[in-house]
Amino acid sequence: MIPAGFSYVRAGSVEQALAELARHGVDVRLLAGGHSLLPAMKLRRVEPGVLVDIGRLRELAYVRLDGDRVVVGPLTTHRTLERDPLVAEHVPLLAAAARRIGDPQVRNRGTIGGSLAHADPAADLAAAVLALDGVLVARGPSGVRDIPAAEFFTGVRTSALAADELLVEIRLRAATGLGYAFEKFSRRALDWAVVGVAAQARPEGRTAVALIGMGPTPLRAGAVEEALAAGVPAAEASALAARGCAPADNAVASAAYRAHLAEVLVGRALAAL
Amino acid sequence: MIGSAVPRKEDAALLTGRGTFVDDIQRPGLLHMVYVQSTEAHALITGIDTSAATTLPGVVGVWTAEDFAELPARPSVPGLERHYLAGDKVHYVGEPVAVVVAADRYAAADAARAVEVTYEPLPVMATLEAALAPDAVPIFAPLPGNVALEQPVTPDGVAAELDAAPRRLRARLVNQRVAGAPLEPYGVLADWVGNGVTVWATVQAPHRVRAEIAQVFGLARHLVRVVAPDVGGAFGVKSSFMPELFLAPELSRRLGRPVKFVEARREHMTHTYHGRDQVQEVEVGFDENGVILALDVTITVNIGGVPDPVGIGLPTLTSYMLGGCYRIPKIAARYRSVLTNTTPTASYRGAGRPEASFLIERVVDLVALELGKDPAEVRKVNLIGPEQMPYQTPFEGIVYDEADYPAALELLLGELDYDALRAEQERRRADPGARLLGVGLSTFVEMAGFGPTPLFEQFGYLGGWESANLRLQPDGSVIVLVGTAPHGQGHQTAMAQIVADELGVPFEAVSVLYGDTAVVQEGIGTMGSRGMPVAGNAVRQAAVEVADQARRIAAHLLEADPDDLVRVGDGFQVKGVPDAAVPLAAVVERSFKPHLLPEGTRLGLESTAYYEPKNLSYPSGAHGCVVEVERDTGRVHVVRYVCVDDCGTVINPMTARGQVHGGVAQGIAQALYEKVSFDAEGRPLAASLEEYMLPGMLDLPRYETHHIETRSSFNPLGVKGIGEAGATAAPQAVVNAVVDALAHLGVRDVEMPCTPERVWKAMHHAS
Repeated sequence: MIPAGFSYVRAGSVEQALAELARHGVDVRLLAGGHSLLPAMKLRRVEPGVLVDIGRLRELAYVRLDGDRVVVGPLTTHRTLERDPLVAEHVPLLAAAARRIGDPQVRNRGTIGGSLAHADPAADLAAAVLALDGVLVARGPSGVRDIPAAEFFTGVRTSALAADELLVEIRLRAATGLGYAFEKFSRRALDWAVVGVAAQARPEGRTAVALIGMGPTPLRAGAVEEALAAGVPAAEASALAARGCAPADNAVASAAYRAHLAEVLVGRALAAL
Repeated sequence: MIGSAVPRKEDAALLTGRGTFVDDIQRPGLLHMVYVQSTEAHALITGIDTSAATTLPGVVGVWTAEDFAELPARPSVPGLERHYLAGDKVHYVGEPVAVVVAADRYAAADAARAVEVTYEPLPVMATLEAALAPDAVPIFAPLPGNVALEQPVTPDGVAAELDAAPRRLRARLVNQRVAGAPLEPYGVLADWVGNGVTVWATVQAPHRVRAEIAQVFGLARHLVRVVAPDVGGAFGVKSSFMPELFLAPELSRRLGRPVKFVEARREHMTHTYHGRDQVQEVEVGFDENGVILALDVTITVNIGGVPDPVGIGLPTLTSYMLGGCYRIPKIAARYRSVLTNTTPTASYRGAGRPEASFLIERVVDLVALELGKDPAEVRKVNLIGPEQMPYQTPFEGIVYDEADYPAALELLLGELDYDALRAEQERRRADPGARLLGVGLSTFVEMAGFGPTPLFEQFGYLGGWESANLRLQPDGSVIVLVGTAPHGQGHQTAMAQIVADELGVPFEAVSVLYGDTAVVQEGIGTMGSRGMPVAGNAVRQAAVEVADQARRIAAHLLEADPDDLVRVGDGFQVKGVPDAAVPLAAVVERSFKPHLLPEGTRLGLESTAYYEPKNLSYPSGAHGCVVEVERDTGRVHVVRYVCVDDCGTVINPMTARGQVHGGVAQGIAQALYEKVSFDAEGRPLAASLEEYMLPGMLDLPRYETHHIETRSSFNPLGVKGIGEAGATAAPQAVVNAVVDALAHLGVRDVEMPCTPERVWKAMHHAS
C-alpha cells in the first residue's frame, strides 16, 4: 500500500488550481477529501505525477438557495450535506444519500465534488444528483460551462470534465416537500453499493429514478420513469428497472442478481415515496 | 482472583497508542525490504531483469533465488523442502520471486515494481478439480503429481455398518478458504551484529523461530535473540515459517545493517498463508430415531502451490474431531492434501477442528431434515452424557474431559426460548410480507491445550509443555516470565490472576513478561488454545513451588514447623497464634539474608516450572443463531447469537467473553461474508479488504454469552482453553440457521459464505 512518487501543490485559489491543471495536463489529479483518490494511489490503480490540493479552498464549500435551485459548492463534505438545514428542506434526497456513505470519518473528509469527479459507477451521491436533475458547473481556461448530470458520467470512473477543468458548483432542482427515497444494497454496512436507487417525486407523476451499480456509469432508469409517467402502477414499473442496463458481472454480484436487486430496490423506493 | 473480570493490564498501553509493534521499532541505519511477488499463478521464470531497479535512488540491491542457493532450505516435511524465493518457476500469484532492499519503504516499493520478470506460462490449476484432473501438470517439483499426501486416518472402513444402518445419506460440504487478516500484518526486523542476530518478529512461538534461524545459519541458539513484541493478532497465520524470517537476517548479515520487512495489506492477502479450504464427502448411517450409527468421511484439502508442513496434515485433526459431541460408534476417515496454483494454506483459528465441527453439525441437521425431526431432538439422542466422561472416542488417544453436553444444549434452548422461535417461524412462513426466520444450533467440542509432547513434537516443536519462571522481588512483588507469546489473549492479566491466588499476593503486585528469547527461559508458544491449559498450569506450578519456599522461610522466621503455618492476608501465621505472623514482604527480604537463614538455604524466592499436560483438553458448548432472511433479496440478518461455552474454570470472565466474541465474529464472517477466491487463471479476486469481505462492527450482532464451568480433571487448574471455541462453533450455527429458514422451500444446503446472492438463488431454484 505504498503509492508511487508524486509532487504536491497546495492551491491557494481556484485560479491557481486551474493554472496547475493547465500546466500539468493529464499527469495531475485534484485532491479534495482524498478518500477515493488516496486508496487508489496506494493500490497503484492511479499514479498521478502531481497532486493539486484544493482542500483549503473554503470558497468552494457552501450550500445556497438560488431561486428554484439548491447550489452546492464542490468541497461541501458529506457530513455537511447530512446536516445542512437547506439541504434537509429542499433536497432531502441528497442528505439521505450522503448519510449512507462510509463511516463518520469518511463523511467528515469526503466531498460531493470529489465523489462526482471520481465518477465511480456505485457512488451514492451520483444517484441523488442524477435524480435531482443536477447540473454540474465546470470551469476551465476558456470559462464556465454547464454539464447536465445525465451527460456528466461517461464511463467507469471517467467524466465529461476535461483535464484542465475544475468542478466548481453543483446545481440541483429543489424538491421542497416532495417524496423521495434512497435505497442502497451493500454487502457490508460500510461498503460501496452493489446496487442503489435514488427516487425523487415531482409534480404530475414525473418521478425521477436513478440507479447506481447497474452499469459503467450511474444512470437514470428511463423505462421506469416513462412507465410511471404513463400511469403504470409502481409495482409494475419497478419490474422495468434493469431495462437497458448493462450491470457488471463479477465477484461482488452477477449481472442477473444486480438486475433483480434493481427491481426490488426500485420497488421499495417507489413504495416509500 | 481466579474468576474475576478484572480489566486487562495490557490495555493501558494498547489503548493509548503506546504498544510496540515490529513496525514501531527503529534501529540506526535501518533498511527496508520488499518482495517482488509473482504475477503469474503457474509459470517458468525465464528471466529477471533487475538493472532498472538497482539504479533507482535509495536502492541497495535486488536479490533472486540463486543468491540464496547456499542457505539451507526452510523447515518442512523431509522431501518437501521449500526455498526462500521462487527459483525456476512460480507456483501461485503472490509468491516471492525477488527481494529488494532500499533506504526507505517507498524506494523499495518503487524498485520492486521496476524489476522485470519474464514468464513462460504453464497450465494453471487453480482448483482441486483442475489439479486432480488426469491431464494435470505437477505443480511442486519434488512431487510427481499434485497429491502431496494421501492419508488413511482410520485402519478400517465402515461399509458394513453403513449397510446395516436403517437409513443413510450423503453430503458434500465445502469449508471455503479464508484469510486470517490480523490487524497487524506480518513483520520482521533483523539486526545482525557481530556474530549473532536479533530478530523482532510478529510470531507466535519465538523460541521455535530462534531454533529454526539458528539451524539455518549454523549458529548456537544463544547468539540468536528473537523478540515477539506486541503482536496485533495472529490467529495461527503467524505460526508458519515465512521466508522473511530468514531473508531479513541473511540480508542484514550481508549488508551489515538492520533490515525491516512489513507486509502491506495487499501483500498480506496473497503472501501470508490462508486457512481452511476443505471439501468433505460424507456418508452417514442412522436409525429412525436419528441415532447416528456410522460416519464415513473423505476430506480433500487444498494446500496451495507450495506445501506448508503444518497445512499438509491439518485434516488429521479434522478427522480426530469428526464425532463431535456424539456417541458415534464407528467412524472412518481419510484425506488427501492437494496442491493447486494458489497461496499455501496452513493454520487459522482452530486449524482443522472447526472443519470437523462444521461437518458433523451440518450432518446432524441433514439427518434431522431427512427424518422430519427437530434438530434439537436429534442432537439429544446422540449427545455423550456427563456420566460417560472422560469419553474415549473411536480415535486412540482422543479422550474428552469432563463436560455436560446435554446441559449446555438445555441452557441454550432455554435462553433462545426455542419453542417460541419455532412458533414464530411457522407464523412467518405463512406471511408473505414477513422475513423468513431460521434457528441454527451448534453443539460443539474442540481440541485445545496442545501438547502433550509426543503429539506436539510432530508439529516440529521442542515439546508440548510450557514454562514459567516466577521471582519474588525483595518488596514482595512478582515478576513472571512465561514461555507463551500472546498476541491479544491477555496473558499479563490472566497469569497474574493465577499467581495472585496461588501466592496470596495482590493482582497489582504481579507483572508478566514474555516474547523475548534472551529473557524468557525455553518456551513453546501461543497457539492451539494452550495459554491457560498449559502455560496457566506452568505458572500455577511455579507459584506453588515459590509459595512452598516462602513457607519454609516464614517457618524459620516464626520458629515453627512449616506444616503448622497457615496463610493469612499477605503472609503466614502459626496456626492458632495470631500474634505469631509475618508478612510476605518480610519473608522475601529474609530470603536474601544468608546470615539469617539456615546453612545451605538457597537465596531468593524463585522457581522455574515446566508443565507437561497429560492430555489435550476439550472445550465444548452449544451455540445458537437466529437469522432473518429477506425473501426478495436473500440477505441474511443475524438477529440473535447465543453462546453457551464450557472452557472449564474461567480465569477471567471478561477476557474469556472477549475470546468468544472475537471467535464468533470470525465464524459468522466465514458463514456469511469471507472467501478467498481466485479466477480460473489463479488470479486472486480478493486481494484487498475492499474485495475480501471482512465484516465490520455494524455487520455483526450483539453476542449473548453464557458459561458452564465443568472443571477438567486433566490439569490442576481445571481449565480447557477458549481461544478457538467461537470460531469452531459459529459457522455451522449460522449456516444451520440459514438452511433452517429456507427448509420449507426444499433447500437442503447453502454453501459458505451464504451471500445474499447465493441465498436468493437457493430460494429461487427451490421454488
